[in-house]
Amino acid sequence: MTDKTAVKVRIQDLSKAFHTNGHEIRVLEDIDLEVRNGELVCILGPSGCGKSTLLNIVGGFLPASSGEVTIDGLPVREPDPRRIFVFQERGVFPWLTVEGNIGFGISDLPPKEKAARIAHYVRLVGLEGFESAYPQELSGGMKQRVEVARALAVNPDVLYLDEPFGALDSITRLVMRSELLRIWEAERKTILFVTHDIEESCQLADRIVVLSARPASIRRVVEVDMPHPRDLSSPRYLALRDSILEEIGLAHRI
Amino acid sequence: MTTPAPVRPDDAPPRETKPRALEAILFPAFTAGILVAVWHAAVLLSHTEIFPSPLAVARGVAELARKGVLVTYVRDSLVRVAAGYSIALVLGIPAGIALGWYSGAARALNPVIQLLRPISPLAWIPVAIVLFGVTNVAAIFLIFLASFFPIVVATMNGVRNVPSMFLHAGRNFGLSAPALFSRVIFPAALPRVLTGLRVALGVAWIVVVAAEMIAVNSGLGYLVIDSRNAGKRYDLVIAAMLLIGLIGLVLNLLVGQVERLRAVRWGFNVP
Amino acid sequence: MARPVPTDSTTLENRRARPAHTLARALVPLSGIAVLVLLWDVALSVGEGPFQLLPRPLAVVRAIGELAQKGFLLKHVVASLFRVTWGYVAAVVVGIPLGIVLGWYRRGGMAIAPLLEILRPISPLAWIPLAILWFGVGDISAVFIIFLASLFPLTLTAMNAVRGVELVHVNAGRNFGLRVPELLRRVIYPAILPQLLVGLRLSLGIAWLVVVAAEMIAVSSGLGFLIIDARNAGNRYDLVVAGMVLIGVIGIALDAMMRGLERSKALAWGYTSVNDAAP
Repeated sequence: MTDKTAVKVRIQDLSKAFHTNGHEIRVLEDIDLEVRNGELVCILGPSGCGKSTLLNIVGGFLPASSGEVTIDGLPVREPDPRRIFVFQERGVFPWLTVEGNIGFGISDLPPKEKAARIAHYVRLVGLEGFESAYPQELSGGMKQRVEVARALAVNPDVLYLDEPFGALDSITRLVMRSELLRIWEAERKTILFVTHDIEESCQLADRIVVLSARPASIRRVVEVDMPHPRDLSSPRYLALRDSILEEIGLAHRI
Repeated sequence: MTTPAPVRPDDAPPRETKPRALEAILFPAFTAGILVAVWHAAVLLSHTEIFPSPLAVARGVAELARKGVLVTYVRDSLVRVAAGYSIALVLGIPAGIALGWYSGAARALNPVIQLLRPISPLAWIPVAIVLFGVTNVAAIFLIFLASFFPIVVATMNGVRNVPSMFLHAGRNFGLSAPALFSRVIFPAALPRVLTGLRVALGVAWIVVVAAEMIAVNSGLGYLVIDSRNAGKRYDLVIAAMLLIGLIGLVLNLLVGQVERLRAVRWGFNVP
Repeated sequence: MARPVPTDSTTLENRRARPAHTLARALVPLSGIAVLVLLWDVALSVGEGPFQLLPRPLAVVRAIGELAQKGFLLKHVVASLFRVTWGYVAAVVVGIPLGIVLGWYRRGGMAIAPLLEILRPISPLAWIPLAILWFGVGDISAVFIIFLASLFPLTLTAMNAVRGVELVHVNAGRNFGLRVPELLRRVIYPAILPQLLVGLRLSLGIAWLVVVAAEMIAVSSGLGFLIIDARNAGNRYDLVVAGMVLIGVIGIALDAMMRGLERSKALAWGYTSVNDAAP
């Protein structure tokens, strides 16, 4: 059984600057964060603040300018199947069916086991009947589910989600959030979730990391001690949401 | 050359290793230098009597320049292209617009276009000579033929692919047909038209060289054939080929610059 | 290339009115050709001077019949197809892997692509002297010319296609632990396939176009040879135009064949993402 208090992902003194055409653009400043095993942590910030950059560095797709990311104590240097990045639904491969996509990372398994696993995850994300469909025949929400299933099929330790529901309409988004929680409860992965949506972070996270605008640094880390399912009309939830709004400096009335 | 740009979410980091503008010039120049060196070495080592070394080619270019022939020939080729291409523009764009707008006409004439397109302009040479004799006009006719089809097809596609929501919006604002055309359809079609113009210019430049080999006695194409026939001057042959290539590249870049203009930049993935 | 149009895909293109009767639908395209033939015939019957040398439509049909009768029709068509096939296939085998490498290794592409762009505008005809120098007069030179003409568009298509592969897909592949060879095979190759097929079709069209130029190198068979020879050996303009018509018809057939290939199998997925399928 996973040790709930062990630190899974440790980000230390992380800074990042891009150099383009002689200019230096500082994107991340001295990020320090620890993510514990099985936690669902949201990184919250406005668009363009650098949160995707942060996630890409943690995922091993970009090098840091200074500082370090370690997972289980080992430094992160490159992408790895034990830590899968879920992009928006565009990450789904258009040339493969739903089955083909979900089975992409487990092609080494013996055929029977592979088929069984694919079937399990098709059921888990609620896409029974669409196994032979191509992504272009699916809606945005369905494509997102394919991508999550594909990520889970390789049984990673950590999932990184980069604004995964950003391209979906708001109703689908609500549905997908509860789906994500349902899957998370079933599989208990460590999840690092980037979003610009305050409500989303309040609804999902165990901890919310609020980033400032660029260059991004951590303004505040908010512990959310509410069990799921969370009542979105409860005073506790509203208080949490308001405190985040205040942290970011936004009004309560429009 | 404008290439398709990979699609990224707004917040995603740019590719880490972005090559600088200076590298874009140094890399090919360096590679060219290496190729020239290898060429030179190959010529020296094989003791060939016929194939020229890079140095011989350079001297050939100088010789052409000295005789005044270089400028004249380049000018002649460019003038022929300009003539044939302009006629193709003047006739082709209206034709393409008509075909794009009146789908009945397009369906009727499309097979004709598809039939005539694979026929090399060179195959038209006998016809051209019959019609115009062995003159400049025949060469210009060939260039016109070669440029005409890409321009018509691209213009036709440009007009046909204007999204109907733009047309609806135009009508919504009360535009009459001529105004709808000039303020909505033509601007919307312009990127595709420009692509067709660039392709057509490339084809025109290739064909002028071919046309000059047969029908006239000046120009870079003529130089290629004549240098070989009149004395196996392969140094001049290669010099002419390199000039043809360089001018073709320059022409392509010029049209590429037009594609960067603000009026049409939206239609291309300009890096 | 011009960027694909926005998501609303209703354009004039796909809002065409459909005539009720299928017979009417088939007749409209044929009518264009019929009108052309009619105008051709009329123009020649009233025109004067050197114009008269050009053949009338019936003469062309008879010329084709003559070729068939003498057994030359098949001989010339097969000869041209033969040369095109060799040159084109060689260009595919060399150009596509080269283009993929140039597209993948950005710096390699930067170093070599401009040089290709200089070679590309050089007409295949301009290569004839060098071809003859290297390969002598005959079939090999002709095939070489066709090879060159197809090589540059194929390489550049492959290169641009690879450069255009979405970064998310490449990153997803890397995330699942794929190394470069596997990435190329399981992500890049399927992703570029639609564009590659369009490029293959267009390059085949170019190869077929260039066969006429290539057959000017003292070969003694083929449709291009027919056109040149018919004029030189006796002003047989009916054979000249017959040759042109045959070239046109076979060109359409080749293009249709490649379009069929584009549409086949599960490749239908690709055309929503590459909706600027060229004419």
